[in-house]
Amino acid sequence: MIPSREEMYRALEERHGKELQKKLSGAAVAVCGLGGLGSNIAVSLARAGVGELLLIDFDTVDISNLNRQQYFPEQLGLPKTEALSETLRKIAPYCNIRSAQVKLNEENAPELLADVPFICEAFDRADQKEMLVGCILEKMPEKYLVAASGMAGIGSANTIRTRRITDRFYICGDGESDSAAGLGLVSARVMVCAAHQANMIIRLIAGEFTA
Amino acid sequence: MITINGKEYELSGKTVTEVLEALGYGGQHVAVELNESIVPRAEYDKTVVYSGDHMEVVRFVGGG
Repeated sequence: MIPSREEMYRALEERHGKELQKKLSGAAVAVCGLGGLGSNIAVSLARAGVGELLLIDFDTVDISNLNRQQYFPEQLGLPKTEALSETLRKIAPYCNIRSAQVKLNEENAPELLADVPFICEAFDRADQKEMLVGCILEKMPEKYLVAASGMAGIGSANTIRTRRITDRFYICGDGESDSAAGLGLVSARVMVCAAHQANMIIRLIAGEFTA
Repeated sequence: MITINGKEYELSGKTVTEVLEALGYGGQHVAVELNESIVPRAEYDKTVVYSGDHMEVVRFVGGG
């Protein structure tokens, strides 16, 4: 038997306080890219009791994802949107989870992201990061955007930080460690960066605008 | 002097494209903020920076 909606909500309120939980439960967040960053961000936000999550990714679960992404071997081949929705429903059964199995681009992003105020950029490729961030900053300046750059390897976790660029645009990571430079993506450091992103989203939902 | 990512540079009168080249960001994937506003990518060539400006350059590297 899973707890009732009220029991789950009360438990969250006890941990987070009434005021913050009301804000979190009323918030909608889009996670763009469901890899090492996005899947971990979504798990954090679902556990924190964010009311609505929009999950966007075109890809399916591959064996190479299992070193750092929140999927199970039995989910290989499933669309990431479907596999992650399944996991999140177990974690947070009353979270409103929507998903879109689509490759985001400058044409479809404004419509797909229209009714979600908080957005996480969690793509893998640098050119795709630039495209999505540019598109959101230029076409949807009212959105709150938390992006990421630089989290490959096993360098010190202390170099991963959150930088405020404007009061609506924040970037997490060390800004340097490129996965294309032969540094693999390793679970712990990717999770540190994902946690920075999720924490900044929670801060923005709470009305805190410093990094 | 122009402040870019917290450091000062003598690049007054240059366009954003020229500033990016001068700082080694040429051909890289970036986002640029100038005095608290985002500079659209199509305007890097025509946006000129002046003394006293504050600029932030975000460089995107792969991994996620």
